[in-house]
Amino acid sequence: MESLTLSDGEQRYYSDLFVYCDTDNTKKVASNGRVLDLFRAAQLPSEVVLQITELCGATRLGHFGRSQFYIALKLIAIAQSGLPLRVESLNSVKDLPLPRFVVGKNEAEARHAALYQEADSQGIYPGAGVIPRPPGRGLQNKKVTPVVPPCMVQPDSTSPVVSPHQSPPTSPHSWRKHKRQASGGSSAADRPPAVATAPAGVWTQFREAPTGICTPALPVPGDGMWSAHSPPPPPVQETWVSFTADTPPSSAIPAMHPSSVQESTTVRTVASAATTNEIQRQSSAYDDPWRITDEQRQYYINQFKTIQPDLNGFIPGSAAKEFFTKSKLPILELSHIWELSDFDKDGALTLDEFCAAFHLVVARKNGYDLPEKLPESLMPKLIDLDDSAEVSEAAVDVGYSGSPVEVTPNKSPSMPSLNQTWPEMNQANEQWETFSERSSSSQTLTQFDSNIAPADPDTAIVHPVPIRMTPSKIHMQEMELKRTGSGKTPALSESQTFTIGMMFVPHDYSLPVHSNLLHLLTVPRSHSGTSPEALKVVGAAPPPPPPRPHPSHSRSSSLDMNRSFAAGAVAGQPQPGAIAYPPAVPPRPLFPPHGPWAPQAKGASGPLAPPPKPVRRRLKSEDELRPEDEPHGPQRSNLIAAVLATQPSIPRSIGKDKKAIQASIRRNKETNTVLARLNSELQQQLKDLLEERISLEVQLEQLRPFSHL
Amino acid sequence: MAVCIAVIAKENYPLYIRSVPTQNELKFHYTVHTSLDVVEEKISAAGKAMADQRELYLGLLYPTEDYKVYGYVTNSKVKFVIVVDSSNTSLRDNEIRSMFRKLHNSFTDVMCNPFYNPGDPVQSKVFEGMVSGMMVQVS
Repeated sequence: MESLTLSDGEQRYYSDLFVYCDTDNTKKVASNGRVLDLFRAAQLPSEVVLQITELCGATRLGHFGRSQFYIALKLIAIAQSGLPLRVESLNSVKDLPLPRFVVGKNEAEARHAALYQEADSQGIYPGAGVIPRPPGRGLQNKKVTPVVPPCMVQPDSTSPVVSPHQSPPTSPHSWRKHKRQASGGSSAADRPPAVATAPAGVWTQFREAPTGICTPALPVPGDGMWSAHSPPPPPVQETWVSFTADTPPSSAIPAMHPSSVQESTTVRTVASAATTNEIQRQSSAYDDPWRITDEQRQYYINQFKTIQPDLNGFIPGSAAKEFFTKSKLPILELSHIWELSDFDKDGALTLDEFCAAFHLVVARKNGYDLPEKLPESLMPKLIDLDDSAEVSEAAVDVGYSGSPVEVTPNKSPSMPSLNQTWPEMNQANEQWETFSERSSSSQTLTQFDSNIAPADPDTAIVHPVPIRMTPSKIHMQEMELKRTGSGKTPALSESQTFTIGMMFVPHDYSLPVHSNLLHLLTVPRSHSGTSPEALKVVGAAPPPPPPRPHPSHSRSSSLDMNRSFAAGAVAGQPQPGAIAYPPAVPPRPLFPPHGPWAPQAKGASGPLAPPPKPVRRRLKSEDELRPEDEPHGPQRSNLIAAVLATQPSIPRSIGKDKKAIQASIRRNKETNTVLARLNSELQQQLKDLLEERISLEVQLEQLRPFSHL
Repeated sequence: MAVCIAVIAKENYPLYIRSVPTQNELKFHYTVHTSLDVVEEKISAAGKAMADQRELYLGLLYPTEDYKVYGYVTNSKVKFVIVVDSSNTSLRDNEIRSMFRKLHNSFTDVMCNPFYNPGDPVQSKVFEGMVSGMMVQVS
């Protein structure tokens, strides 16, 4: 191609861009994504871009070599200034402004390479005005300055220049005014308008940051599109891609504007692991500089998947260690990053924690100092996930995704002023907050449940169907038999009834375990065959749920009941006495016995299949229950069988519904408490039985001598 | 408010030791070192009983005229030693216990960090921050 003469500024600019696009470091850039993105960011119509591509010779060559690239850039600048694209114009147009690439949104200001103001100074991406210092162009600036009053040239970089308004340039070429709109005030320096008369072209602003980062041009607001055809947009917020003079090639990756990037086409690529250069200088100047953009997050998520395919799972510490060690940061810093990002201190990283850690690693690699406290935007939005995590694995997945929603609202308000100072309190508050939320939510949950439980004593609730009942069929039948056959069995005192009941397990009374025990104790001989079985059964699983004789007041309404309820409708708690246990954690008082609970029992319960709980009955209730036994007995066993059958099929699909998870957590907790109580009750019954046995034996002994007399 | 806080590893070398700088640090190092004997003695005495009955908080190890030394040992034989000024009479036992608890929790967090190799000196900023919070503030 014809020789191309570039001004210094252009030279630098182009070379930085080239390096940026030259990801493969081959000194020639294929028509890859970056180049295309760059061209797209130039906001020129596609046909113009095509034309440029052709003109610069890349179409011929099939790729962009350095010279082609430069030519293309120059042509872009020409196009953006509204000049017709001509090869001849390459060298003829003087004072051509540098091509502009629109990158983010309006937060342009920041972008300016300026972003890279000391990371140290703020630990974040400073949006602080980058004040480009036009090296060597000072003169020109001054010259132009008066021309455009609003433009302020700032020779010194540190003070942000706020370009107050966007006074539109009057002529197409003239003037790129930068308005930095700073949300925060730092605004970029304005570039002196490249007045047509200015001798030199427009210069870009350079930020002299130690680490060179070029920021892609900031997005031009909608109205500010420069196209070959349209007159220069008046109040355009443009930012120039700026470079730092000493931009190391490797770092010539345009930074993304943190906040703005999200929507705009950015030249930046989130990039590969290789690009530690990813400069996240997205200091959205005034927004949170540590925010992770969508592309970055996507990238992190992909990386997470390579270690742990389940997005809701954890990455164990050792795997994370290996992964981050690859970043070649010193161990001490990695250790600090870990401390910052492992929010729940569990030695493993969730997806959010991993993203935060990765973000910090990238920032560190790009020269930013690590903050003392985790920035708000990086905090994982999890609350009581550890709770749910422990409780149910199935729920975990959902829980993670669910909780952020819940937590976030709490978090944000509580973290007001975090931008730069992250006082210890914040984290403490966070934790406190989460804790309180957790507790309060659980309370509300429990209250809710208790409210729900209609205190309807008549609700015919068959005893809670024990889930996962272990007794074998035979055993069940046996129990059923006993149930039908016998009368009461009071755990207590009545030896006679006890003897009678020896043969049969009093059904109404029973806990299945209890009945088993009775069975074992009392009817050893007759049912010896079964006793081992019962024993086995008993031993095999947590107390097999007694075929509940009746709903009548089983105090510990077993979990079954709860489960059924919970699974079905949260309502119906208290009903049955049998049901006794309302989901509320503190066990509810016994309810009067209720009728058949069968249908509900089928409702089947929640995600867990807590071990079947025997229903305990008290003496008094036995009598009541007894008559009801027969009808219920078979029903119960059927129920039990049904429940058992359905048990496994209980959908673990708690679904991604956070509420469902919480409900299941609640249920599980209730179940746990109920089970614990059952256990204690059973123990008590066991003791009683043993006493009975002893007394019976004593009696027997007493009787024996008489018999032999 | 402690004057000196030390974390000693199982093998009885210090993992972390920090004292109020205005004072003679060597003196504190020596004090902590000698307190290890007392710690060992207490551990072995309690160890005769079942291990799980041994309480982690060892209490006052020994007083001198200038200061008092308290000890705490974890189940993995990592020892924490706190030296407080004798003149600080307002410091109650409960406060000392809570200090040890905080130390233990922070140390656990440090241990959970996969980048920390057990046996290395503790260099965690979070840990240091927590310790600073417990030390006598030096103007």
